[in-house]
Amino acid sequence: MTRATVIDVLYLVAATTFLIALKGLGSPRRARQGNVVAAIGMAIAVGATFFYQSTPGHSLGNIGLMMLGMVIGTVVAVPAARLVQMTAMPQLVAIFNGVGGGAAALVSITELIAQRSEGAHPAIYVSIEVLLGVLIGTVSFSGSAIAYAKLQELMTGRPVTYPAQQVINALFGVAALASMVLVVSTGNTLWLWVLLAIAAVLGVAFVLPIGGADVPVLISLLNSFTGLAVAASGFTLHSTVLIVAGTLVGASGILLTRLMSKAMGRSLANVLFSAFGSATPSATGAGGAAERPVRSGTPDDIGVLLAYAEKVAIIPGYGLAVAQAQHTVRELADELEKRGVEVFYAIHPVAGRMPGHMNVLLAEANVPYEKLLEMDEANSELSTCDVALVVGANDTVNPAAVDDSTSPIFGMPIIHADLASNVVFLKRSMRPGFAGIENELLYNPKTILLFGDAKDTLTKLVASVTAH
Amino acid sequence: MGSGLLAYITVFVLAIFVGVEIVAKVPSILHTPLMSGSNAIHGVILVGSMIILGNATTPAERVLGFLAVILATLNVVGGFVVTDRMLEMFKSKNDRKGGQK
Repeated sequence: MTRATVIDVLYLVAATTFLIALKGLGSPRRARQGNVVAAIGMAIAVGATFFYQSTPGHSLGNIGLMMLGMVIGTVVAVPAARLVQMTAMPQLVAIFNGVGGGAAALVSITELIAQRSEGAHPAIYVSIEVLLGVLIGTVSFSGSAIAYAKLQELMTGRPVTYPAQQVINALFGVAALASMVLVVSTGNTLWLWVLLAIAAVLGVAFVLPIGGADVPVLISLLNSFTGLAVAASGFTLHSTVLIVAGTLVGASGILLTRLMSKAMGRSLANVLFSAFGSATPSATGAGGAAERPVRSGTPDDIGVLLAYAEKVAIIPGYGLAVAQAQHTVRELADELEKRGVEVFYAIHPVAGRMPGHMNVLLAEANVPYEKLLEMDEANSELSTCDVALVVGANDTVNPAAVDDSTSPIFGMPIIHADLASNVVFLKRSMRPGFAGIENELLYNPKTILLFGDAKDTLTKLVASVTAH
Repeated sequence: MGSGLLAYITVFVLAIFVGVEIVAKVPSILHTPLMSGSNAIHGVILVGSMIILGNATTPAERVLGFLAVILATLNVVGGFVVTDRMLEMFKSKNDRKGGQK
């Protein structure tokens, strides 16, 4: 076997591990193994690349620089990934996705410059592959940066809109295509930089109108984009492993994105183009929300209510994640169970800021898997519950999604907390949720509110339940 | 259009179908780890970045290639480590289940 064949076989092994990994990630039992398998495959692919020869006898140079780059990347990435709080995971995934898109764009740009400087006149399809890599990779990079800024609250999480936004965005798209045509037809590298600039602006313009609550869906879509950019680079470099891995991620990412928007009861187009949550609140919300009476209780009132209930549903949301209250909520559940109260957790598919966010957090606190009920199952149980304890959730229990056809979240499946005999909200303030929509359930006569940081209020509730 | 390109397009089309099939039955609780895991997998662009830097001859190409290697390494290493951290939490639960048997 020649050296090239051995390397190709190793790439094939790597591509196979990626498939096994993606398959494994679909089952809770094999997910972690799957990830490790992919990491091993990646190490094999990278190791093999050190021996890669673009033409026989022409080994790769700049090995020292290559190693240095990898060391820098590793030294930055490991602490970032290890030390960041679980609540900040979504933005971290956004960043790691963005840099991947950036890398794909750089690979394509460099390849194009190299081709030009050698005076080569590549076939048109070669240029198109390269330019698609630049375009998609750059959109993913700048889009991810804005997604990060939104989630990290460096900028408003609300949709940013301006007049004729979609027309303007479409014009950016047309301009990007036009500059691609110009690079190919004139062969002038100047247009490459124009394309790069337009793509960067396009990524920003594409993400700005998307509201904070929808950003996870967006990250999934950008993840898919990066996959496609990697596949485009694979065509340019004649690398099957890049094509296979990039396409797998691109295709599965688009499907995953659709599954996520479906979990919110909306189409992907609606998520991307409706500037969800920017709509002025409907008449009911605008009519002096602050003055309407709400019933708030003391931790003691609520502690008694919980201690003497027979069945309690805990509905966690992002507020639980922010307050890092997953351990405290479990303490409360344990305390209630000691008294014979039946407790389960009702998990909305998009609770928190990413699908599965709540499951991850509660699993961290060792909440038994079988106590986490998915939405449909939870809804059939809720009417038999004495108390629905809503911890830092809002939009996912908002009945407007069912009864108010003017509401922007109309049609989203919700957890029917309102079916329980009593509803307790642990909330930081009367501020509306992430989607920025008023929640009628707060004004329902059977609702009691307890304001404060979720961890503090839960700690007080544990004390109160223990005392009674 | 050479037969090489056609072979790559074949691989591309097949990979689309495999990619869609493979995530069709993922439970919603694993959507986030799956997204994060596939995020790490597209970090394979590191291989492309290495080839680009390895073949770089001008200073401009070296700078761009070097940057690509750094960014791609961030993607790969960060992606795998974050995913592993997410899945660590699922593991403890399975261990407990195993222990009860």
